[in-house]
Amino acid sequence: MVSEANDAGAVVLSARRISKSFSGVQVLFSVNFELRAGEIHALMGENGAGKSTLVKVLSGFEQPTSGEILLDGKPIKLPPNGAAEALGIVIIHQEFNLAEHLTVTESLFLGREVARFGMLDRKHMRTETRRVLDQLGSHVDENAMISSLSIADKQMVEIAKAISRDARVVFMDEPTAVLSGEETSFLFRQVRKLRDQGTSFVFVSHKLDEVMELTDRVTVLRDGQWIKTSPTAILDGESIAQLMVGRELSSLYPAKSEPDVDEKVMLSVQSLSTGYVKDASFEVRKGEILGFSGLIGSGRTELMEAVAGLRLRHSGEVAIKGETVLSGDVHATNRCGLAYMTKDRKSKGLLLNSGLTANLTLQSLDRHGKLGYLSPSSEAVALERAKRRFDIRVRDGSIVARRMSGGNQQKLLLAKVMETEPDIIIIDEPTRGIDVGTKQQIYHFISALARDGKSIIVVSSEMPEIIGLCTRVAVMREGRIVGMLEGDEISEQEIMRYAAGLKKKAA
Amino acid sequence: MSVNEEARDIRRRSWRDVDLRAVAPFAALALLLVVGALVNPNFIGMTNLANVATRSAFIAIIAVGATFVISSGDLDLSVGSMVAFVASVMILFMNSGVIADPALMLTAAVVFAVFVGGACGLANGLITTVGRIEPFIATLGTMGIYRGLTTWLSQGGAITLREPELQALYRPAYFGSILGVPVPIAVILLVTGIAAFVLYRTRYGRHVVAVGSNSDVARYSGIAVNRVRTIAFVIQGLCVAIAVLLYVPRLGSTSATTGILWELQAITAVVVGGTALKGGAGRVWGTICGAFILELVGNIMLLSNFISEYLIGAIQGSIIIIAMLVQRSLVRKS
Repeated sequence: MVSEANDAGAVVLSARRISKSFSGVQVLFSVNFELRAGEIHALMGENGAGKSTLVKVLSGFEQPTSGEILLDGKPIKLPPNGAAEALGIVIIHQEFNLAEHLTVTESLFLGREVARFGMLDRKHMRTETRRVLDQLGSHVDENAMISSLSIADKQMVEIAKAISRDARVVFMDEPTAVLSGEETSFLFRQVRKLRDQGTSFVFVSHKLDEVMELTDRVTVLRDGQWIKTSPTAILDGESIAQLMVGRELSSLYPAKSEPDVDEKVMLSVQSLSTGYVKDASFEVRKGEILGFSGLIGSGRTELMEAVAGLRLRHSGEVAIKGETVLSGDVHATNRCGLAYMTKDRKSKGLLLNSGLTANLTLQSLDRHGKLGYLSPSSEAVALERAKRRFDIRVRDGSIVARRMSGGNQQKLLLAKVMETEPDIIIIDEPTRGIDVGTKQQIYHFISALARDGKSIIVVSSEMPEIIGLCTRVAVMREGRIVGMLEGDEISEQEIMRYAAGLKKKAA
Repeated sequence: MSVNEEARDIRRRSWRDVDLRAVAPFAALALLLVVGALVNPNFIGMTNLANVATRSAFIAIIAVGATFVISSGDLDLSVGSMVAFVASVMILFMNSGVIADPALMLTAAVVFAVFVGGACGLANGLITTVGRIEPFIATLGTMGIYRGLTTWLSQGGAITLREPELQALYRPAYFGSILGVPVPIAVILLVTGIAAFVLYRTRYGRHVVAVGSNSDVARYSGIAVNRVRTIAFVIQGLCVAIAVLLYVPRLGSTSATTGILWELQAITAVVVGGTALKGGAGRVWGTICGAFILELVGNIMLLSNFISEYLIGAIQGSIIIIAMLVQRSLVRKS
């Protein structure tokens, strides 16, 4: 019944022949887009397809180079810097925009505090915040500090903020990237509820299954061009993926190659504990891809950082190729041939204001000269090699990392870690926030590394990725390894059973 | 995109490649030279300019050290007090007469001063990194300590180099010249050359920039962040010591007021030179340019007669604020 109403829904916000260039480089080519009242509209495309730019243009954060925007059928010039909120156009950013030291209530009313006789009316603001949170069905405490909230709750506060501002149009850029399955379905319930009340959503995501589940219509962009807008119901995941990539995705995952059972053990972790991780033990063999699955916050990253020497461990032993390494000694760990690739490429992986070379060689500078002197030619050779090996594509060589697409950033980060020539590589979320085409490439890189005899640990929240790549899967829950799956056991249901605590490893 | 458009695009890009922040200080310097020449014809003469450069030596050399500290994301407010302290102990050492031979005594005093400067820098570094205290507060504290120690050593008065023989031997270090170039200018060039090499061409320099632009990325890349930061403070201390080596022969004495507000000038020189105050981009030659601009402004004020030279502190304070505003607007544009 809702979808019928939607078909007839009036157009709230539309874009006509929008083009946008950034200092001479065109990123949007005459794109049309329309959003109806009370619909959830997916915006899809590979990284660099122009989704984020279109969202920014439609929310006033960027002005189009040409073309026009219509609100309720009337041409309008959207005010910049988020002032479009006053018109009911709200954007929920990929990186949260919440000040950590404010309370939930303060965040909700930031910039439009309610005052009585010149004094802040805290009571009124608290009640109002509670009302909005209740309306969302969220149990977040309105007096809690933002810094004390989980990522999912912060997301909820962002949404509450949008609602409390009487949003008519809400842009959500990859809202589920940081959420667990349960949190995602909760979010979706709220979004549907708001849609039924007439709010329109633009949902930017890479996750096909979520788009299929949640949205009413899909618009696909490719290379800055509008490709297709269509009701979600008549598409399937495969056809959307094809529209995005413009080619058949024959094999997303390369064929698995299992290592021999008697291959030598490269990494052995014995009853490792940190504050949160408890008693974790596992081994990785030469040429093996071991997966680590589990919900967000199950302690996977903490465990891996402790293994890599980036975090102190309270007890337990880590042996790399038979050699035990001290707790928190990242140098010894690197020297022994273990490298950790962070999931957080923007704040822990790359120097965003530096160029390709400075980023690529940062971890391996001692390979490029003697006595601390750096040889520019040696670094240039390394860059050429890495570009070829990992297919890093940039328009000009002097580009800084910030201006690269997410996919290229991820390839650069992988190249940077591989410059240290490790034998054991821990890859945390190998494909977070990157497009299907690049994902496929990264899977092939990982598989090729394993065939070369490298040992690889893949930590991922995307189950298909774990299932498609790994020959063995460890499942973590609340800081413990609760299951170790092999061969045919590796399935979504089985992993979920362990991750949700329905099943435990037989002692 | 047509061929024509593409060609235009490439041309435009080559213009964009010019980093405004790197060019701005040199443009400002050129502008000042023009202004100075209009104000007073004596200004542009070689003698006057060489004089200005010589007098900028102290700030320039200290500011080279500050470039390292600031690039690594820290700040050192104690440099002015440190100059006074190192100069005081150096003169006291020479006055103590523990070594009879003047040449030997001078050599020992130089080594001693460099050691004390390095130690002061190390103290700043360790308090900041091991003590995990904001560099602003840590060096505000040591600024008081070094200044207080100087006042105590001099008992509120001046400390003067007594030995005439030592004075005569040491004088050329400031007043002499090598191949026609005044010694202080030669020292500026040498120090800056070495610093530029370290910052741009060595592993350590790359580490400094990495730590300054994002210490998390540096840590995850296996860089010993605290060591890099501490060494930057030590480099700052060594630069202060080198400045002191030039300062002592100039007047042969120090007092409790030596080096007052030099931290303002040093930091101003760094910022004017285009180094980002929040770390992550160091420009050594820009810093030298900045120090020279500061001295030139003072010089023009002296020669022009329409602004009182007593206002120089106010002018320098204004320059750092203007430099920050310019830097920010240039960042926005790019």
